[in-house]
Amino acid sequence: MTMIRHELRQSRISLAVWTISIGFLLAVCICMFPEMKTEMDSINDVFSSMGSFTEAFGMDRVSFGTLPGFYAVECGNILGLGGAFFASLIAISVLAKEEKDHTAEFLLTHPVRRSRIVTDKLVSVLLQIIILNAVVYAAAVGSIALVGEPIPWQEISLLHLAYFLLQIELAGICFGLSAFLKRGGLGLGLGIAIIMYFLNLIANISKSAEFLVYITPFGYADGADLVADLTMNGRLVLIGMSFAVIGIIAGYVNYCRKDIS
Amino acid sequence: MNAIEIQKLTKYYGKHRGIVDLSLSVADGEFFGFIGPNGAGKSTTIRTLLGLIHADSGSAGIFGKDISTHKDDILSQIGYLPSEAVFYSGMRVRDVIRLSADLRKTDCQKEAHMLCDRLSLDTSKKVEELSFGNRKKVGIVCALQCRPRLCILDEPTSGLDPLMQREFFSILKEFHAQGMAVFLSSHILSEIQRNCTRAAIIREGRIIACDSVDALSRTNAKRVHIQGDADLHALSGIRDLQQAGGSSSFLYSGDINVLIAELSRYQLQDVSISEPDLEEIFMHYYL
Repeated sequence: MTMIRHELRQSRISLAVWTISIGFLLAVCICMFPEMKTEMDSINDVFSSMGSFTEAFGMDRVSFGTLPGFYAVECGNILGLGGAFFASLIAISVLAKEEKDHTAEFLLTHPVRRSRIVTDKLVSVLLQIIILNAVVYAAAVGSIALVGEPIPWQEISLLHLAYFLLQIELAGICFGLSAFLKRGGLGLGLGIAIIMYFLNLIANISKSAEFLVYITPFGYADGADLVADLTMNGRLVLIGMSFAVIGIIAGYVNYCRKDIS
Repeated sequence: MNAIEIQKLTKYYGKHRGIVDLSLSVADGEFFGFIGPNGAGKSTTIRTLLGLIHADSGSAGIFGKDISTHKDDILSQIGYLPSEAVFYSGMRVRDVIRLSADLRKTDCQKEAHMLCDRLSLDTSKKVEELSFGNRKKVGIVCALQCRPRLCILDEPTSGLDPLMQREFFSILKEFHAQGMAVFLSSHILSEIQRNCTRAAIIREGRIIACDSVDALSRTNAKRVHIQGDADLHALSGIRDLQQAGGSSSFLYSGDINVLIAELSRYQLQDVSISEPDLEEIFMHYYL
């Protein structure tokens, strides 16, 4: 518990900033919906005639005139990208920062097993992701209630669950990479999140690139598909979680054996 | 049982030498000095003892347990002060000290208060506001607050003012008198000479001398000072020759009769032959 408490204390400001930022943007976006709903006919026409962009963002599969459709595309991008950045950044730095900031010597000369340190750091990453998602979910539901729209529980919950799993997958992969790094790696974490996002856009545009959904977690967390089908692709989730597990195992194996500089 | 037992320890960083076939033992309760210049392998030895790095071959044991298999048991009995104490930014001194105690699952508050008082350490400050010397004090408190059985100190006095150095060694001697073994790695040879009973000298990753400090100081090398002109180039066994203003000073490790016979050939105003101090012994091993 000592390490988990310590990690959460160290990360509390960054967690608060990310949580408030994403929650605030979602709330603002939701507050715009009643106004946009009145102009939806013209907006739908615009969005459905943007060629590849329409397909890339799934705007051909959902209607902007409904809250779930609007939420999946507009809010989905905020939560999807924001959550992906947050999860990647905290996970890629959680192990590497000890060597980068030269605190590894202090930490690892105390009688705590390295595997225990890795576990506690992993738990702290997962807890931060859970806290962010719980607060953002509450903010989203609260905002919908505030603008007087009926809450589409099934769609909203499914979307948030998918983005939560997406963050877990990215965090698992970045956590594994973190064990191999000695100098931080924030750029790498951001890069992975951005590449995964664009891989899904490419997969949506081109039939020949559809296989990319097996690589990117944005494949099973595509807001338009989730709202249209009301189900998540279990196969893609399973593959994604396998990537996360492989990343975490690699992190354990390497960090418990590596020489600390 | 020895506090430290190192057998044929070898560590390379890729092609670069760390330590080679290094063997060393430190008795329980001993105050042991470890001397060597930068890059000689002192830190590699210490980091291997603490399990931060893994040896290529050989073994390192503390209190009869191998570091590779009993690291947690061993670390629970060790206090360690690194040469550069770095802590988590944003934390206050008292939080760092408490974190260190919590990681040891021990309540050391009483001891921590005593150490902070004696070292005049303000525990309300944030670690990034501290000078190098004050960070060192935090490191000292973290290393000693749980009364370790063995304390490993890497350049402990760098950054401490002379008064604090004296207080620090006073604390160390008190703890040592109560049974704590001390492994003191230092460049400052007078520190080793004043405080340690035995010492080892490391050069290019290998131990080149290990004995009591008295025995090391009784090496056959002598410090020779002469006043007057003399051509000493024909004399073998001379090291660290310094000549200025008609006087010469050098370390001599050859036959003393040959030295006297050679010096008697010149008209000298004064000659003194004395035991070198540990610093000169160190030079003797390194030059």
